[in-house]
Amino acid sequence: MGMTMTQKILAAHAGLDHVVAGQLINAKLDIVLGNDITTPVAINEFKKAGFDSVFDKDRVAIVLDHFVPNKDIKAAEQSKQCREFACSHCVSHFYDVGKMGIEHALLPEQGVVTAGDCIIGADSHTCTYGALGAFSTGVGSTDMAAGMATGMSWFKVPSAIRFELTGKLPKNCSGKDVILTIIGMIGVDGALYKSMEFVGDGIASLSMDDRLCICNMAIEAGAKNGIFPVDDVTKAYMQGRCEREPIVFAADEDAEYEKTITIDLSAITPTVSCPHLPENTRPAAELSDIKIDQVVIGSCTNGRMEDMETAYKILKGQKVADGVRCIIIPATMQIMRECVERGYVTAFMDAGAVVSTPTCGPCLGGYMGILAAGERCVATTNRNFVGRMGHVDSEVYLASPATAAASALTGYITAPKED
Amino acid sequence: MNTQGKVFRYGDNVDTDVIIPARYLNTPNAAELAQHCMEDIDKDFVKAVVPGDVIVAGWNFGCGSSREHAPLVIKTCGTGCVIAKSFARIFYRNAINIGLPILECPEAVDEISANDQIAVDFDTGEIKNLTTGKTYRAQPFPPFIQNIIRCGGLLASLRENGGTEA
Repeated sequence: MGMTMTQKILAAHAGLDHVVAGQLINAKLDIVLGNDITTPVAINEFKKAGFDSVFDKDRVAIVLDHFVPNKDIKAAEQSKQCREFACSHCVSHFYDVGKMGIEHALLPEQGVVTAGDCIIGADSHTCTYGALGAFSTGVGSTDMAAGMATGMSWFKVPSAIRFELTGKLPKNCSGKDVILTIIGMIGVDGALYKSMEFVGDGIASLSMDDRLCICNMAIEAGAKNGIFPVDDVTKAYMQGRCEREPIVFAADEDAEYEKTITIDLSAITPTVSCPHLPENTRPAAELSDIKIDQVVIGSCTNGRMEDMETAYKILKGQKVADGVRCIIIPATMQIMRECVERGYVTAFMDAGAVVSTPTCGPCLGGYMGILAAGERCVATTNRNFVGRMGHVDSEVYLASPATAAASALTGYITAPKED
Repeated sequence: MNTQGKVFRYGDNVDTDVIIPARYLNTPNAAELAQHCMEDIDKDFVKAVVPGDVIVAGWNFGCGSSREHAPLVIKTCGTGCVIAKSFARIFYRNAINIGLPILECPEAVDEISANDQIAVDFDTGEIKNLTTGKTYRAQPFPPFIQNIIRCGGLLASLRENGGTEA
């Protein structure tokens, strides 16, 4: 029996010719990642266990992104602890304010992660890097600590669901509408413990930003990882960017999948996840009576350059509706700089939106856009759980940047125009 | 290993944002964080829970964030065990890594009510409902994971096994 793409990457990193679903393996790690929330817990565990050095200073990445620039004194203490640890262990991929970005936008952009890698990150959206053809999964702080110390991690080899993508997305849809549609189909535990492997001739038309967004939310279907094959689009993205040589893995012809789900991209419509689960999806067009108080465009899911461009095209020369706060957060400093240079920031401000430096802030209800009781937000983020963006009686509607920007202009959930 | 106590009963998809809201994650201090455990779905949990008590919940318990603070606050509150129909995978892994016993047993979950007294034996997977007298059998952990728990968590097991064997 052949192996899935994920299984082949895991086998190679475990030094095995063959692995099967359910097998427990110990695999070599290419990158171990943490952020300002999860790294302090990992540092404490690392020290408590008596480790005195990281396995490889170039293979540990620490990104301050959740609560920076620091939202309060305690957050500042956590950042300080990360900074001191990174400094004392000479961690080369340490990203502080001025250099940082939201980790899952930053690491691909900076070429820290590449095809064929085996990556763990103490952040659930670490599954994002599957878009580059890597095995990448979220873990907790203890796994991060063990990974930093040993360069190894244990895994149960996952089985997989195959998603065959055909056709081409309509112009008003993006990767976000694809992944929300899939989560709506299979549910928030529809891929629990499994890989989501995306294949099919529809992939060629998806940009890297679309693929990164799709893999980013694999965790919202419970998946261990999401992964795309490496094609010309991936190779062009990695060319001159990745600091290590990409290694291309492909699923065997006779790989075993639990099932295959076919998604016709041309039939995707602008999709919104209603409170309080990402699986509660509805066509945006059916929600036009939902009045909103806030729009957030950003996050590790949708704070990339194409997302900013989409928002710009819709907001340019227009005005955000009265009573709506529109918060736009480019995900990295490079994206922010490009937004400034292209005139997007001026256009956003002219429209009545505000622009923040990179932060995860509002997505997880940290700061920079917290909701009061009864308030509603359309957000390009990834979770709409109870209290996720603030008060337990507030509501988050997950949507694409196009839907979010269109909604900001009307004050109601609004499907973007089709042209 | 075993635990005995009263049951706190929750539904499906209990996510890490309600187990420990992110607004409190500006500290890694477990005792401080534990004061907010389950706050957004059950304000009385922290006041009512005593060591040995058991959380019983539906499918996909612990879905969402990778925050290890979630199993940590449940453990720090004194909760002896979480029984669910299924667990989200990062939560499952984190619970093992920090030594919070968890069991998957859909049948038991369906028949256990809030405030029932139950006894759980982790070595055998036996769950006994002392209120109704019914007994259930969950799958105990595979030896590989039992070893991590026996050692007191992942890092302790790494130390015991010389650094690289988990």
